[in-house]
Amino acid sequence: MPATYEPIATTTLGSTQNQVDFNTISSAYTDLVLVFNGGVTSTADIWLRMNSDTGSNYSRTRLTGDGSTAASTRNSAASSIFVSVGTVGTNANMIIHVFNYANATTYKTTLTRFNSSAYTAASTGIWRSTSAITSLTLKAEAADTFTSGSTFTLYGIKAA
Amino acid sequence: MQILSSPFYGVSGSFESIATTTVAAGGTGTITFSAIPSTYTHLQIRAFGQTNRGSVSYDGAQMRINGDTASNYSAHNLTGTGSAASSSSSLTTYMQLPWVGFGTTTGSNWGGSIIDILDYANTSKFKTIRALGGADGNGSGYVTLTSGNWRSTSAITSITFVPDGGTTWSQYTQFALYGIKG
Repeated sequence: MPATYEPIATTTLGSTQNQVDFNTISSAYTDLVLVFNGGVTSTADIWLRMNSDTGSNYSRTRLTGDGSTAASTRNSAASSIFVSVGTVGTNANMIIHVFNYANATTYKTTLTRFNSSAYTAASTGIWRSTSAITSLTLKAEAADTFTSGSTFTLYGIKAA
Repeated sequence: MQILSSPFYGVSGSFESIATTTVAAGGTGTITFSAIPSTYTHLQIRAFGQTNRGSVSYDGAQMRINGDTASNYSAHNLTGTGSAASSSSSLTTYMQLPWVGFGTTTGSNWGGSIIDILDYANTSKFKTIRALGGADGNGSGYVTLTSGNWRSTSAITSITFVPDGGTTWSQYTQFALYGIKG
């Protein structure tokens, strides 16, 4: 059987930075998995964008637990998928799955698991575009920044 | 191993593609993985797609193992609807899994699901399953975490998926089966 789940690119921040881009993503895989481990200064959310699209083409449904209450919220017609919850803090991790990213026929669906010192969460998002995804951006909200030492790794999974 | 909350950090060759089904024009009612080799430690199924249930609702998947149609499947779900969190359980003749989008057009909403089946080839214990699935429709949607149990000590050699509410998987729907080595 063909082995898969290959690292495509990794970024480790040597200083604070507002966003991390994965560009020129190969279309050779079936799914993408983006793994984040680190933090965000201030109280910012983390945004996910595809192909630098800043239009109102994203939405998200989320399930959260904060240690005392389970809750669910939604964003619609947003300019990005909000993939984090609350104050990210300095010790958070997140795994974002992007399904069938290279197809040029369907909208693109994501599943995300997020964990921080304050929340655990699962969410699904959609980018309402049939374009193949060639770039992914993780951005701290507004002018806030990811902390130095944060790591971002993009993997590709190829179906037989 | 690569599971939902534990990323695979690179032991090259541990995650292998076993088989994939992509639905052709006209759709199909059943997706089956058969003759699954016992050479892995865990299985992962990654699914993306929709059913013909229509634009009024989301849909799920019914999973059966080794063709077992008896009441040997149980599951617990934790679901977010965008406005509330809830929990449910089932004990029935199939494993009910969170899943897919609605509508039958490529420009509508597509769901995703990741299903992990642990120690699937073991013949001494019941089989444990967990899944993360969801579909968002820009103003509606569901996301669900599932834990499940197939109460059989048989090694898993085949897995079948049918839509929960609809009757066919839509064109472009894809189920991919992967094996994870220990």
